[in-house]
Amino acid sequence: MSGLAALAAETSTSTGEAVQFWLLGPLAVAGGIGTIMMRRAVYSALCLAGTMVILALFYLANGAYFLGMVQIVVYTGAVMMLFLFVLMLIGVSAADSLKETLLGQRWLAAGCGLGLGILLIAGIGQASVGSFTGLSEANAGGNVQGLASLLFTRYVVAFEVTGILLTIAAVGATLLTHRERIDRTKSQREQAEERVRSGKQLPPLPAPGVYARHNAVDLPGLLPDGTPSELTVNSTLRSRGQVREVHGQAVRDVAALEGRTARYHGQRYVNEKAAPGVNGSAVDEAEAPAEEDPK
Amino acid sequence: MSPENYLYLAALLFTLGACGVLLRRNAIVVFMSIELMLNAANLALVAFSRMHGNLDGQIMAFFVMVVAAAEVVVGLAIIVMVYRARHSASVDDASLMKL
Repeated sequence: MSGLAALAAETSTSTGEAVQFWLLGPLAVAGGIGTIMMRRAVYSALCLAGTMVILALFYLANGAYFLGMVQIVVYTGAVMMLFLFVLMLIGVSAADSLKETLLGQRWLAAGCGLGLGILLIAGIGQASVGSFTGLSEANAGGNVQGLASLLFTRYVVAFEVTGILLTIAAVGATLLTHRERIDRTKSQREQAEERVRSGKQLPPLPAPGVYARHNAVDLPGLLPDGTPSELTVNSTLRSRGQVREVHGQAVRDVAALEGRTARYHGQRYVNEKAAPGVNGSAVDEAEAPAEEDPK
Repeated sequence: MSPENYLYLAALLFTLGACGVLLRRNAIVVFMSIELMLNAANLALVAFSRMHGNLDGQIMAFFVMVVAAAEVVVGLAIIVMVYRARHSASVDDASLMKL
């Protein structure tokens, strides 16, 4: 911080600041271009957050220590997170449409932007701002103290008005997003009766992969006859097509297990679907433990 | 390096933000472009503050930040409300006074 303070105290910029400017300045511009060019709004938000962090570094280099910190805390910390929250709320995947509703609007807009940029830069070039004083005197008692003494004397009215503005903004936002409830809230009993009447699955869905001898969620559980059950896998995984196939060996193992259990209880076990495994080697393997068990 | 360069950078970022407002259709990206313009103005104010050797510019930038925070809160609430009514965040879709 003392290095930065020394930097801002000088009345002409040092080499270090020039290096910082020429390194970070193009990055800030690239972030700005990314903000307006990225098709996905999330990428735009991330580019903007990067630009804001770089601007915070520029504030620090310019001797505005308080503002640099506030920039990071308020802008990149609070405002950008709010943007991301709303983005997640209203659909991240919504990309901009390329359809032009007004003919030639894009080119006109780009031309207007270019003209504005040329005007601004020409204006700055015309103004003689070459000499500058530096903040060493103003920041002598500390940047925060200097700001506070100004804020609570000359700008105290504006400060109070800002407080009112923030209160109004908070109340307004809650009022805008508040939704009035039109229908009555259903009681638990009514909800339960409705569910029974609609004929949906009442108990919890079966767990995935129990009979498949795995506990992975993307592996369907097997029914007693060895067929995988669709119900056991999460519908999101199903719609994404990420359900793993149950290996044939696992199906035969389950069939053998069922057959062994049936024989142990003295029942007859017939399985048409997994027939080759049951009558084949799997049953022969199953013979041994079945004989050992009574001993 | 001349301290004017900060002003040039601020002008460039402001122009980018203005282009974003004019070019983009997604209301949230338009809003982010407005934030970019406000930030560019803040950079110019901080640079002016250093040039003139007093802290008034920084106070201005501070107020801009506060107002921007309030504006973001209300603006995003409006975007959420419009999205609820129309299921779209595109500024082209909000072309009627009523639903």
